Amino acid sequence: MSEVTITIDGQEVTVPAGTTVLQAARMAGIEIPTLCHDPELTSPGACRLCVVEIEGMRNLPASCVTTAGDGMVVNTISPDVMDARKTVIELLLANHPEDCLTCERTGQCRLQEYAYHYGVRGDVFHGDRTEFPIDDSNPFIVRDLNKCIRCGKCVRVCDEVQGRSIYSFAYRGFDSIPATAMDESLAESECVFCGSCVSVCPTGALTEKMMHGVGRSWELEKIKTTCPYCGVGCNFDLNVKDGKVVGVTSNAESEVNGRALCVKGRFGYNFIDHPDRLTKPLIKKDGEFQEATWEEAINLVAEKFTQIKQEHGGDALALFSSARCTNEENYLANKFCRAVLGTNNIDHCARL
Amino acid sequence: MHEIAGADFILAIGTNTTETHPVLSLQVRKAVKEGAKLVVADPRRIELADIAETHIQHKSGSDLALLNAMANVIIEEGLWNREFVEQRTEDFEALSQAVKDCTPEWAAETTGVSAETIRETARAYAGAEKASILYTMGITQHICGTDNVLAIANLALLTGQIGRENTGVNPLRGQNNVQGACDMGALPNVYPGYQAVNNPDMQQKFEKAWGVELSPKAGLVVGEMMDAAYAGTLKGLFVIGENPLMSDPDSNHVIQAMDKIDFLVVQDLFLTETAEKADVILPAASFAEKNGTFTNTERRVQRVRKAVEPIGDSKPDWEILVMLSNAMGYPMQYGSPGDIMKEINAVTPQYGGITFERLEKQGLQWPCPDVDHPGTKFLHKDKFARGKGKFHAVSHVDPDEVPDEEYPYVLTTGRRLFHYHTGSMSRRAKGLAEAYPEEYLEVNPKDALKLEVETGGKVRVASRRGEIEIPIRVTERIQPGLVFASFHFRETWLNKLTNDARDPIAKIPEFKVSAVKIEKVV
Amino acid sequence: MDNLMVACCSKCNHSLSNPCKDYILCRTEGPICHDSKECKEKRETFIGKVDLAEDKPHRRVLICAGTGCISSGSKDVHSEMLAAVENAGIEDCEVTITGCHGFCEQGPIVIIEPEGIFYGGVSADDVEEIVEKQLKDGEIVERLLFTEPNSGEKDKYYRDIMFYKKQERTVLKNCGHINPEKIEEYIIAGGYRGLLRTLCDFKALEVIEQVKTSGLRGRGGAGFPTGLKWQFTAQAEGDQKYVVCNADEGDPGAFMDRSVLEGNPHAVIEGMLIAGYAVGASEGYVYVRAEYPLAIKRLQKAITQAEQFGILGDNILDSGFSFRLKIKAGAGAFVCGEETALLNSIEGERGMPRVRPPFPANKGLWQKPTLLNNVETYANVPIIMEKGGEWYASRGTEKSKGTKVFALTGKVNNTGLAEVPMGISMREIIFDIGGGINNGKKFKAVQIGGPSGGCLPEDKLDLPVDYDSLISAGAMMGSGGLVVMDETTCMVDLARFFLTFTQNESCGKCTPCREGTKRMLEILTRITEGEGQEGDIETLERMAKSVKNTSLCGLGQTAPNPILSTLRYFRDEYEAHIKKKWCPAGVCTALTTFKIDPEKCTGCRRCAKNCPVEAIKGEVKGIHEIDPEICTKCGTCMEKCKFEAVYKG
Repeated sequence: MSEVTITIDGQEVTVPAGTTVLQAARMAGIEIPTLCHDPELTSPGACRLCVVEIEGMRNLPASCVTTAGDGMVVNTISPDVMDARKTVIELLLANHPEDCLTCERTGQCRLQEYAYHYGVRGDVFHGDRTEFPIDDSNPFIVRDLNKCIRCGKCVRVCDEVQGRSIYSFAYRGFDSIPATAMDESLAESECVFCGSCVSVCPTGALTEKMMHGVGRSWELEKIKTTCPYCGVGCNFDLNVKDGKVVGVTSNAESEVNGRALCVKGRFGYNFIDHPDRLTKPLIKKDGEFQEATWEEAINLVAEKFTQIKQEHGGDALALFSSARCTNEENYLANKFCRAVLGTNNIDHCARL
Repeated sequence: MHEIAGADFILAIGTNTTETHPVLSLQVRKAVKEGAKLVVADPRRIELADIAETHIQHKSGSDLALLNAMANVIIEEGLWNREFVEQRTEDFEALSQAVKDCTPEWAAETTGVSAETIRETARAYAGAEKASILYTMGITQHICGTDNVLAIANLALLTGQIGRENTGVNPLRGQNNVQGACDMGALPNVYPGYQAVNNPDMQQKFEKAWGVELSPKAGLVVGEMMDAAYAGTLKGLFVIGENPLMSDPDSNHVIQAMDKIDFLVVQDLFLTETAEKADVILPAASFAEKNGTFTNTERRVQRVRKAVEPIGDSKPDWEILVMLSNAMGYPMQYGSPGDIMKEINAVTPQYGGITFERLEKQGLQWPCPDVDHPGTKFLHKDKFARGKGKFHAVSHVDPDEVPDEEYPYVLTTGRRLFHYHTGSMSRRAKGLAEAYPEEYLEVNPKDALKLEVETGGKVRVASRRGEIEIPIRVTERIQPGLVFASFHFRETWLNKLTNDARDPIAKIPEFKVSAVKIEKVV
Repeated sequence: MDNLMVACCSKCNHSLSNPCKDYILCRTEGPICHDSKECKEKRETFIGKVDLAEDKPHRRVLICAGTGCISSGSKDVHSEMLAAVENAGIEDCEVTITGCHGFCEQGPIVIIEPEGIFYGGVSADDVEEIVEKQLKDGEIVERLLFTEPNSGEKDKYYRDIMFYKKQERTVLKNCGHINPEKIEEYIIAGGYRGLLRTLCDFKALEVIEQVKTSGLRGRGGAGFPTGLKWQFTAQAEGDQKYVVCNADEGDPGAFMDRSVLEGNPHAVIEGMLIAGYAVGASEGYVYVRAEYPLAIKRLQKAITQAEQFGILGDNILDSGFSFRLKIKAGAGAFVCGEETALLNSIEGERGMPRVRPPFPANKGLWQKPTLLNNVETYANVPIIMEKGGEWYASRGTEKSKGTKVFALTGKVNNTGLAEVPMGISMREIIFDIGGGINNGKKFKAVQIGGPSGGCLPEDKLDLPVDYDSLISAGAMMGSGGLVVMDETTCMVDLARFFLTFTQNESCGKCTPCREGTKRMLEILTRITEGEGQEGDIETLERMAKSVKNTSLCGLGQTAPNPILSTLRYFRDEYEAHIKKKWCPAGVCTALTTFKIDPEKCTGCRRCAKNCPVEAIKGEVKGIHEIDPEICTKCGTCMEKCKFEAVYKG
């Protein structure tokens, strides 16, 4: 593949032909702010935050959709570019609630980050604001269109990755919104709550309902693991605060699934600390379960199994292992069954 | 898995992918979006059928007739891949003979699908550049499950749609670590790595590794264990993370069998239906509370990482097993799951090079025999495991139970998007339980009219083995004469109805066909 | 023979399956393949009946059936005329409809040929008089003649009317002169000769060379060189290419594309056929807004007729070239005039612009190379191919060739469509063709290019009108809308008006256009309501620059133009609104107070009687006063006063 060399802020960068100016800048370590761009989705060039100055081009092209051409001279920090970026942020803030104090997205919000970075305050314009009721009609996703910046990532991820097209832009101009068919609530729509839209939303317009109030983004520790549900093997991050799993978020590094998850993977985690969890060994006495120590329970089981083995042979014993257990545990179960119980009577629910 | 997106023809048979493997279904959608032709074969009009070019709504239990008729068309019309068949396969004649009479016209009768549709599908599959077949339990949960799978393999071998990128036969595993449990020898007939217990060499190998004498006699599968318990020959049972009371067919039989067991130990997260019957319950840790690995449906071994401490006094299953083994006089000394993996590396050829260190960065697909091996993306590339691909002459058999005057409906079972297995986890996950609080029986409008029940109305469903009450939902997605529900809900204990007739080889029960009668609850 | 297009005798074997390359010429000059006096006579008789040349004695009554004339009653005139001519027993007089003359305010228009007499404002009641006097006795009906606004003289003949005199009608030549619903009239008028020449004499690349030589530039607004666009599309790789006609005419007041589609639809078809041949496309779409039902009907009819006679379809005129044309009716979003939004709309997607590049020439309709031009551009193509690129390039200015149709409207005496050569001055258009400002008011400015354009003040009136000079003067050609304003127009209010339009029509995709037009409009509205603040002008300028520089498509990039150009030429008016809280034109009601000049007031009480809110006090024959607290500034008093005593201050 051929290469092109372009100059960005005085720095020469050689990139493969077809690379966008934005990609080229990022390769060179030059940060250009973006809101609607997402490397996994098509680029609509809509937010116009990533505009740059390119010699010989009229206006300020959006770097996310401009292909780097050989010999191109790009300026990402000219006064015009800075003005334009500030204006875009000012305009977005003019129709955005300033409730960062309580907003779920605080600390992870791209708009907040850029407003801070570019020193833009939200009080430049005092005009109309759109007012939408908050859609929390379902257990999983809270949709607050008042915080929507119309970047359209939700529309694209649902169409391009999930193939469902729950959202599409509706209405026009200042009134345009990403809406469900007939502008109904998510609960009434065909949405299956995979939460992909939440994972790409740059602001607090789409948030995980169950993660509301459980902790600020910077307080959450993220531990990458593999989903305990179906056999696809999606990876995601368990979000932990104070020793509790308080949420699941996508991890773009996941080989199998990227940021895509299904409703069970993303929202099916709070069985982990459900009050029904068994926390102590139990021994049934006179038909009632009574709490026991590990020692008591283990000794009782060892004693009974040994007794049956001695009286009836190993084949009078059997072990159900589990597709929910890890490989290491299944290996041990297999070893325990064959080497300790003395039987090949081991199976699990593969057939169900 | 990403390979599926590159196929230009996909046959999804007996797999409700969008609900059971939602993230994998994205690959199917992607393929369709990029122009692939999708054919869905399923007795229900599942969601995937909505984006398919053709939906073959065949009768439940008629897969073999359909698949054999496709083979018939491919052979009769000379669409088979001569070069591939000559070089890579054997026993073509046997297949050719077996499907000779399986004309599409013959199959039309059995399957309820027009001969023309069968022809077109066969032609499209054979003619595609890169064709892929996906299946799950709609194929395997029949008394002829093994033959169904062989019939699918026949098609792939006939056309050479295997062993190349974006082709192949892709069984999708239902649970997170079914693949790993099988790989690790949680099966009665094989040690880890599918090394047969009745092979003296293997026996010797493991006797040496584990330092004990081992039995060469294959053990019992789940259903046989239940029969043995019922017969009184099985005295003690140790159930780890399973809920056979609800998940196994003919639950009433399972309950009676469990009652006869002298000593039942259940190790689980929750007090499941099975645990209620236990003599001792051992509290286990959840996936978030332990380290280890899971192996997904494409044989990719990936890390499970501990995020929080085990709740209360619960312990990871491996720790409990170590304690128990030590208490029974067989010392086990593992400091961590990583230590166990080292032992797995040593005795399981496919896992030889899969170490925790390597998995830290990314998953590895087995076979991965040594630490320098990059893992294996797809199997059967140049050569099949057994050398040449063998055609199998298989023929259609009726399901164990066919509808009759007394039990006129066919019940078929499956899963729902929002829930998982017997619901012990998903029904305790707040949002999921809220979004899908109760189960219903899918009934065709024609049948609903006959039964005089509307959506939301309750019916009593009875089979030769038991009965349940369940609300119905009237839907065109199901054919007349067929009803469907999932087994996730205790309140509507579906497996009290199902048939425990099993496939003779794979021992998989025929969940997909049970004869039932239905009446309105007044 | 009742149809020119049918065979003269059994020797003619042109058919859809067996096309003849001489088909077009044969119909007017033929038969060509065989020599037959009888056949030739058949043709000549038919042509004679409908020949359009003015020196032919054949009598025709042409009744305009453009949208404008229909809405002022021309359908009744037509049916009445048909009946009257028949009742009067006048033979050899053909009554027919035509497309638009572009002088719609004079409608319904009736032309009497061969003389070329122009009657305006004809109603069904006038028909009998026309028949009795004009048709029977050759006596002109004076009262229906057009009166020149400046001289007050009546023009007998079409050719004498000042409105038409300075025009050079090329694209509009047939409009008003042929029946647009009959393909043979187009062919008799010389139609499809450009196509014929293209197919017989030129290779695809040579066609593009001709168009490049002609210097034709896109008539839709931006003025991109047409030949270059064709070349890009021809060079783009693709198994399938499309030719698309943008007929989504949306600028307020502009209706030249509609007139062409209604009055001369075959010119567009012919232009698209030539384009299809040149770029290698076999399929075309005309995207017309659904608000143009008559244009859609006429175009559909034209397509059907062209298909019937083998001018559209497979192996056209035995050239091996095949082309099909479809109409796509748009739902009327202004932004769908933007080429990529238009393509989305044809594909059934929401009409939102795509990012360019890739340009449609490379990835257009369904991602295939697509040539997009507007109606007027395509309508210019046949004559270029017929007479050659050099002939075309001989007219106009150095960088803008040919003619351009303008839609002249606003405070001028003659409003309508004017097709003029590039380089003509704005003064000639407004004062000669347009007949000057009406009601004797003073010219203030002309808005050119619709809501995306800008205004030119008096001192720019002598500027030669072409693409580049307009841009440098802060306006743009746009689709050619000209709105003339007099001293009673407030320029801030004008900017507000146009911005209201663009803000309403913003699709909402990109931030600057969606949010920026909204905020600019809010500021403008505030200023016109007397709430203007110090710094508003600077904010407007800053915003306008950003929106212009950063918007995704042409709609957003040009939306600030009305603000920028009014600020450029009329900044003092903005300042008056903000600082003095005064609207110099007296338009912005919040900044206007109505006062009565005591010198002029006669105390007639007329104003007080007519005031709807009783804000005017005063005795009979005494001086009256308006109570500003009560006054709603409706202006009734000013209108009713016979002594011009009421004024705005």
